[in-house]
Amino acid sequence: MSTTVADLHDHHDDHGPAKGIGRWLFSTNHKDIGTMYLVFSLTMFFIGGAMALVIRSELAIPGLQFVHPEFFNSMTTMHALIMVFGAVMPAFVGLANWMIPLMIGAPDMALPRMNNWSFWILPVAFGILLSTLFMPGGAPASGWTMYPPLVLQTGNAFPFLIFSVHLMGISSIMGAINVIVTIINMRAPDMSLLKMPMFVWTWLITAYLLIAVMPVLAGAVTMLLTDQFFGTSFFLAAGGGDPVMFQHIFWFFGHPEVYIMILPAFGVVSEIIPTFSRKKLFGHDSMVYAASSIAFLSFIVWAHHMFTVGMPLTGQMFFMFATMLIAVPTGVKIFNWVATMWRGAMTFETPMLFSLAFVFLFTIGGFSGLMLAAAPADIQYHDTYFVVAHFHYVLVPGSIFAIMAGVYYWLPKWTGHMYNETRGKLHFWLSTIFVNLTFFPMHFLGLAGMPRRIPDYSTQFTDFNTVASIGAIGFGLSQLIFVWVLVTAYRGEKALDRVWEGSHGLEWTVPSPAPYHTFETPPIARIANEAFE
Amino acid sequence: MSFVGTANAEWALNMPRGITDLSVETYNIHMMIFWWCVAIGIIVFGVMIVSLFRHRKSQGVKPATFSHSTTAEVIWTAIPIVILMLIAIPVAETMIKLEDSRDPDMSIVVTGYQWKWHYKYQDEGIDFYSSLARPSLLARRKESGIDPNTVDNYLRDVDRPLVVPRGAKVRLLLTSNDVVHSWYVPELAIKKDTIPGIINEAWFNAKEVGTYRGQCAELCGKDHGYMPIVVEVIEPEAYKAWVDARKDGAPQVASSK
Repeated sequence: MSTTVADLHDHHDDHGPAKGIGRWLFSTNHKDIGTMYLVFSLTMFFIGGAMALVIRSELAIPGLQFVHPEFFNSMTTMHALIMVFGAVMPAFVGLANWMIPLMIGAPDMALPRMNNWSFWILPVAFGILLSTLFMPGGAPASGWTMYPPLVLQTGNAFPFLIFSVHLMGISSIMGAINVIVTIINMRAPDMSLLKMPMFVWTWLITAYLLIAVMPVLAGAVTMLLTDQFFGTSFFLAAGGGDPVMFQHIFWFFGHPEVYIMILPAFGVVSEIIPTFSRKKLFGHDSMVYAASSIAFLSFIVWAHHMFTVGMPLTGQMFFMFATMLIAVPTGVKIFNWVATMWRGAMTFETPMLFSLAFVFLFTIGGFSGLMLAAAPADIQYHDTYFVVAHFHYVLVPGSIFAIMAGVYYWLPKWTGHMYNETRGKLHFWLSTIFVNLTFFPMHFLGLAGMPRRIPDYSTQFTDFNTVASIGAIGFGLSQLIFVWVLVTAYRGEKALDRVWEGSHGLEWTVPSPAPYHTFETPPIARIANEAFE
Repeated sequence: MSFVGTANAEWALNMPRGITDLSVETYNIHMMIFWWCVAIGIIVFGVMIVSLFRHRKSQGVKPATFSHSTTAEVIWTAIPIVILMLIAIPVAETMIKLEDSRDPDMSIVVTGYQWKWHYKYQDEGIDFYSSLARPSLLARRKESGIDPNTVDNYLRDVDRPLVVPRGAKVRLLLTSNDVVHSWYVPELAIKKDTIPGIINEAWFNAKEVGTYRGQCAELCGKDHGYMPIVVEVIEPEAYKAWVDARKDGAPQVASSK
């Protein structure tokens, strides 16, 4: 008996990771799972990026050179699904897994086994999705928006598309539940909600958005499935259904989804800018309120994606005004970041460079967003390259730059070594130049009337398409430098526990690299932060 | 590569002003918001750039310690709200006009097909399909060996254009036979989805004669990029002659080509 009691009281602090593949397959450790999410995301980023390069190669000059139109449509569809669900979202979940427990002083995520499951669903989901490339009828080619009736013309890939979307949704919902339960229950005893770091706050809001809208997407695609195979007519006009209803349901999911992809980015940037400005985040509480307002508004603006479907005038007005309102809290966030820099003592390490580019370029995406909100102008912009330019500005130099900023920022904490700053800066400058070369000309293409999702175009669009294609290839190649930095990350000089001079927060109180188990005893957040003053 | 002798649209940076009152209003809305964005951008980026140069550690500055200012936050919440209201009012006025398709001079039913358009003139008893013109059709194939730059209006030309009179209020009734398409002509500032089971409305009153080109704007399958729209606006007398010629059983090729 006494030995059993002794076993129960055995301390687990010294237990390192399991050996071999089992460490990863059966992991319940938030750090290992975070790493797996990030590696998975990077893999998908390259697969989705390769598809983008197929698209840009075909569009480099007029005429069809490389692919047939149907395959081109598969590429745009798969590129979007993989980047949204496979690259951006898992990257943020990876950052959440690694950093939320470290930032709030928790020993792990609240539901570690579910954490393992929500990760391991993803490779299965994307394995299924990618396998459709080899199926009769080809991969889904109806756009990631899956509008019926077109999506019902998908070949054998159709049920696999639906099933993989279901799996992605299940994974996201479980990840979101985990984040919420962790944040609500496992904060350091003296960390009240309004004392939480911004990254934790934005993720809490994001997690609620995920739980609210992923089931809506699941419902929408399930209705597609039953329309296709079980004789229902949810979206089929011939059976009394309504194709536009799908668009309403899809965008009820889809608009919050775009904030799911940007709110954690706001959080990352709100951590980094104060650190390298050596100054506290300006207006912490108003940042929380702004993020919450954006989240609330995200539920009542969905039909601004649908100004051309023929809505009643009052409906259009409502969605237009509500959409314009989003500019207010978004403006507050941008002004607060600028105010944080103001009279700081800035240095420009790679994470800061990516964050500054984020503020600049996300704002440009915000401006085009404001233009898109005006319904009459949107009728001209809708479904043209202007929209493509807009959402790539908020997603690439927006979300993805924030992810990269976060990776550079926390990498020394993960590996215990400084990454190579020269290579990091090279990666930053090349990425920034090429991302603008790729996406800025698309504004002009859209205004001149080039629709999106076309494999070939009229010759007046040639020049800007060629520029965009050159930019895209440059951007793709620049990301190899990122891989180079990551692969050589363990070689740099030893990182301090508090890696960056101006950083605050519990994550900098643990050693670098962060030990396998941290915060087995809850820390006192106040004391930790006072030590940094 | 020679461009001599080919008729192609000019390279453009901005949205066309178009040829209807509402397309000009739309253009003005676009430019108004654009200039607001430029003004806001100059201020925000200006402050940021000044800060990036002056507030650096390498300049030996000591960081300030302020972390909020209620006054500043109220100001930069209130000012955007005022700007948005200034934007919203003229935009709403234009929206009301866009939706007012009452009392048209003529109506045309536009039906989207995979992958062509069908036009039916309600009162004139004229109807025809409009598909990608043959020179583009030959050149668009992969490995066609035809340089698109040598094709007139590559991918923006049709066998039979939509012909309408200048100065008439034309109402379009849009629907689809299969999947969702979208009828898009930038110079008319019209982009309206054609949806199976639903009839949408749009209208225009063209002020200038000429040929105006657009194409399907909603992904509709493999040949989505190959269903152009050509609208020929002609003088009312010429239009009347065109209608009469069609009624006499003239060949199904429209207009002056």
